[in-house]
Amino acid sequence: MNKLFDYIKNTQIWRSIMRHGYPDTPRNRTLAVLSNFFLHLHPVKVRRSGIQLSYTWCMGGLTFFLFLIETITGLLLMFYYRPTAELAYQDIFALRENVPLGIMRELHRWSAHLMVITVWLHMYRVFLTGSYKPPREFNWNVGVILLVLTLLLSFTGYLLPWDQLAVWAITVGTNMARATPVLGHEGPGAALLSFGGLDFIHAGDDVRFGLLAGRFVGEGALLRFYVLHCVGIPLAAATLMAIHFWRVRKDGGISGPL
Amino acid sequence: MGDLIKNAVDWATSPTLYFLEFTLAIVLVLRFRAFFTKKIVITGFFVLATAFFVFAFGDPNFNRIVTKPDNIPIVILLATVVYFSWLALRRGYVNDERVKQGLPTVEAEMGKQKVFTWPDLVYIELICLVLFTAALIVWSIKIQAPIEEPAASARTPNPSKAPWYFLGLQELLVYFDPWIAGVLLPSFIIVGLCAIPYIDINPKGNGYYTFDERKFAISFFWVGFLLFWVSFVILGTFLRGPNWSFFGPFEYWDLHKLEPMVNVDLATYFWTGLLGQPRPVEPLVRELPGILGLLAYFLVLPKVLEKALMKALFDGNRAHLIRYHVMMQLLLWFGLIPIKMLLRWTVNLKYIIGIPEWFFNV
Repeated sequence: MNKLFDYIKNTQIWRSIMRHGYPDTPRNRTLAVLSNFFLHLHPVKVRRSGIQLSYTWCMGGLTFFLFLIETITGLLLMFYYRPTAELAYQDIFALRENVPLGIMRELHRWSAHLMVITVWLHMYRVFLTGSYKPPREFNWNVGVILLVLTLLLSFTGYLLPWDQLAVWAITVGTNMARATPVLGHEGPGAALLSFGGLDFIHAGDDVRFGLLAGRFVGEGALLRFYVLHCVGIPLAAATLMAIHFWRVRKDGGISGPL
Repeated sequence: MGDLIKNAVDWATSPTLYFLEFTLAIVLVLRFRAFFTKKIVITGFFVLATAFFVFAFGDPNFNRIVTKPDNIPIVILLATVVYFSWLALRRGYVNDERVKQGLPTVEAEMGKQKVFTWPDLVYIELICLVLFTAALIVWSIKIQAPIEEPAASARTPNPSKAPWYFLGLQELLVYFDPWIAGVLLPSFIIVGLCAIPYIDINPKGNGYYTFDERKFAISFFWVGFLLFWVSFVILGTFLRGPNWSFFGPFEYWDLHKLEPMVNVDLATYFWTGLLGQPRPVEPLVRELPGILGLLAYFLVLPKVLEKALMKALFDGNRAHLIRYHVMMQLLLWFGLIPIKMLLRWTVNLKYIIGIPEWFFNV
């Protein structure tokens, strides 16, 4: 058996993929991190305090992990879901009724809930350890935006099942936009933008209308939320995540002064 | 006995008491952290909480609201937030005691030692990943994702609730109009969070848990995050029912529960109550007391407090004057929330400034 492993490890194919031996020596452990695309996010060595679970709570890593789960399960769900007022509910319902042991929607939903919690706790930990202090002020800001994007991802996804819960939760949420100062038709200042008795800002052109592509949560809103949920926000979040992780390295690890 | 406990809990969770109890709890825990950071305290808390849950599950009303599949995460949120707050405070307390004895913090001591990412870190990551995947799969098999009736724009469910993580903001709608609760305050939260590293220039507490070295920052975050965010999410999820009326955890969600609304504007108090004359028609005159009050609050108050607070927070260094004033504007907006809540509870105040003609109500 060992002979077989030795043989495999010495083939040109294996050696073209893995450029180092088993990581049990300092040299190979260094190479394992440096020469692996995914692991090279990490430094070769870390402070022992920085990997203690009771210090980090692992919340940042878990948030990223949940994002990956959301991406994978979301991709699978996209095969079965058509974002139209006519079909959306049917498709979700069929997913539940016609797929024995199907748990993709469950995984997607529960992970999404969890991700909101882990991202809050991650922020909480970063605050309590003072990890936003110099030189990490900018990365804290990137993190705040990522937190907002996480909430927006969850919010846009909320609408997609197109059931009563979805439509009315989004109605409650987006009704706020009506009251945006100046730009919402029930917001303070909107009446100032009135020319010769004609309102410039009204229910048919204010920010809420732009958000929903209509005066109420309808087909236009569904498509808009679907595209934002599956493409727009994930792309933005992935880009910012890359910056977030890169900055962790450039700023000298997860916390502590340089 | 059971009914007595249920009635007591229903009574103690009414919004006013709920808020005051949470505030008191935060003050007590921070003040007596030497006691509250003991392991026996958190163990006791979770034992009692579990006992309460076991007892409460027998109640149909409690059971219905807590076991709703979408409410399970909020129970997880409550448990994790309590535990991690305790953990952070404990580690902070240990560090503070060490510093008093002239020892380095736990993090500083451990940080001297460096370990290889492979295997020390990647294995932690792998184990977390496997455990979480397993937990999620079990959760997903056990509990089906709910789907309600198909969307119908003609039938409004009661209550209509926003997604759970925004329920803190929906709770603020009790006290503020949507342009403040739904637009202004969320924007200020985001701006305020982004501003934190530029306002808090205390170099201490960077990379380790502490309380003594960052008393103001940590107390503020506890109040902001635990009291005004997490506790409001819990309030909005479990204790708000039809018409956004309050319901105790053991109370039946009665559609017809009426809460008397006898809220009065500040202008009415001033013109009719104090001066005994009808309210002026011209909005700006009518609302003058509220307008002057808020101007004083936002513009005069920071100036009055400038000297004392500058000394306390920035060593009186006037180079940080802009920091101070930005911080004060954000804090004063934040402070408006408890002020409005207290005014509502004590004197039924509706609006400080109420100009519905222009949708300008504060």
